[in-house]
This record gives sequence, structure tokens and C-alpha cells, in this order.
Amino acid sequence: MSHAHEHAADHGSVKSYLVGFALSVVLTAIPFWMVMSGNFTRQAATVGIFVLAVVQILVHLKYFLHLHLRDAQGKLNTFSFIFTAMIIVMLVGLSVWIITSADVLMMRAVE
Amino acid sequence: MTSLNQALGHDGHAHHDSGEQKVLGFWFYLMTDCILFATAFASYAVLYRNTAGGVSGKDIFELPYVLLETAALLLSSITYGFAMIAGHQGHKRGVLAWLAVTFLFGAAFIGMEVNEFHHLIAEGNGPNVSAFLSSFFGLVGLHGLHVTAGLLWMAVMMFEVIKTGLTGRALTRLNCLSLFWHFLDIVWICVFTVVYLKGVL
Repeated sequence: MSHAHEHAADHGSVKSYLVGFALSVVLTAIPFWMVMSGNFTRQAATVGIFVLAVVQILVHLKYFLHLHLRDAQGKLNTFSFIFTAMIIVMLVGLSVWIITSADVLMMRAVE
Repeated sequence: MTSLNQALGHDGHAHHDSGEQKVLGFWFYLMTDCILFATAFASYAVLYRNTAGGVSGKDIFELPYVLLETAALLLSSITYGFAMIAGHQGHKRGVLAWLAVTFLFGAAFIGMEVNEFHHLIAEGNGPNVSAFLSSFFGLVGLHGLHVTAGLLWMAVMMFEVIKTGLTGRALTRLNCLSLFWHFLDIVWICVFTVVYLKGVL
């Protein structure tokens, strides 16, 4: 029955967990190496660790939290997450922007 | 409720429904928890430069130690996944064994974090020293408290599975805990990137 099959896919299989785990190990090892080795400029390493963090979050969402768009339930989960992510970007982004601007206006050097 | 049922594409299976709706409700709670963490991250992001002449992240963070903590949490994520797979196959002993392994990895993570906090405070770098340290302890401590709550919940679930077996109710609860546990791993990705890696750079 296709429903039963989809259900199994929703919960993940040993293989999908192992794939997610292997990707996470790689995506954790690279940013730590980038910072610990000192082979990269500050700017390059900063961009690198943030990009890899986002990629790893997507890997976790797919392989561990099983977010998908195959049915209504999956869509509800996924869209509620995307909505929350948007709120978070605004909350954190705007807070940092406002406070940094306030710092600058108060003539305090921003490193 | 009716519209939610329709949105979920369910009509008949009342029992099945209630389990899935509980998981969905728990997912919405996690989304609000995301925002709680976001506020802690925002505080850290605007305060981390204010070290009040004390230590900065570069002076106190030890990346090899953080890497070990990360490994413990990541391993606990996959072992929890194996517990869920055993659960859906109805293997009670498999569930209990994997939950126990997950609990040990989670406890190892918390142990390492408590040890880190203890060292910092013992060396005079407690949360009351600077805005940087306050927001650091607040953010990392908030995550640690969540993991501790997850461990308590896991212990309760192990007792429930031992006592009542793998009932539908137990599986629904294990499903919610699964979301909680993997969610905390995602928050930790943000913590080690924003706090530790960025701090050392």
C-alpha cells in the first residue's frame, strides 16, 4: 500500500539516518578545520562556517526531522518552519542592525 | 478543528489522527521555542563585544573540547533515530537499548558542558563578569537546560515503554521527543558556529 510506504519514508530508514549522519560529520569537520587550521583569512572562514552551518541545518531538517512536501501534513510542518525561520531572520537581523547603528551613532568604535 | 482536519487530509481514522495532531502541535511548540532561542542569539550577537576589559571568546573557548561535545550530541541524534526505527518495527528491547545509548551520549554532552562552565567560573570568568559572559552563559545554558529536560523526558519514556510496552501513545510521545532531540541538535549547530567558531576567529 502506497500509504504505508510513504509512512515509512516519513520516519526515515537506517540508510537515510546514516546518510544524514555522514553528511553532518563532514559538515561539522570542515568548519572546525577551517577555523583551527588557520589556513583561511578571517573573512573567508566566517563566510565558510556560516554557509556550512546553513547546509548542515538543511541536512538535519531533511534526514533527522523528515521535513518534506509530499503531503498536506508535510507541507504544514515545512511551511510553519519556513515562517518561523523568516521571523528569526528578522528578529536577529534587525536587532543586530539596530543595536550596531545605535553604537555607531553614540560614537563608539565598532570593531 | 474541522478545517485543520481537512488541511491534514484526514477524515476517518480518529485514533491515528489524534497522534498525528499531537505531533503537529508539538512541532508548533518547537517553532515558538526556536523564537526563544533566536532572542538569546540576538542578545549574544549584540553583546559579545562588550567584554568589560575581561576575557573574550578567543581567550576561553577550546575548540577540540567543543568538537567532542558536538560529536556526542550528533551521535545521540543518530542513535535516537535508530530507537525510532526500532519503535516503528515494534522492537521493544531495541527501543530501550537505543534510548539508553542516546541517554548516555546526551548525559556525556551535559557533563562536558557543566565541566566547562565550572572551569570558567572557577577561573573568575563567571556570568556576572561582563555582558559577553552573561549572554554566553545565558545562551549556552538555555540549550543545556533543554538537553537536560530532554534527558529527563527520555528517562520517563524508558520507564513508560518498560511498563506499558510500545503502545500508540508511547510511540506518539517518542515521536515528539524525537523532534525535540533533533531540534536541539540543530540549535547546537548554530551555537558552535555563532559562539565558538566565530568567537575564536
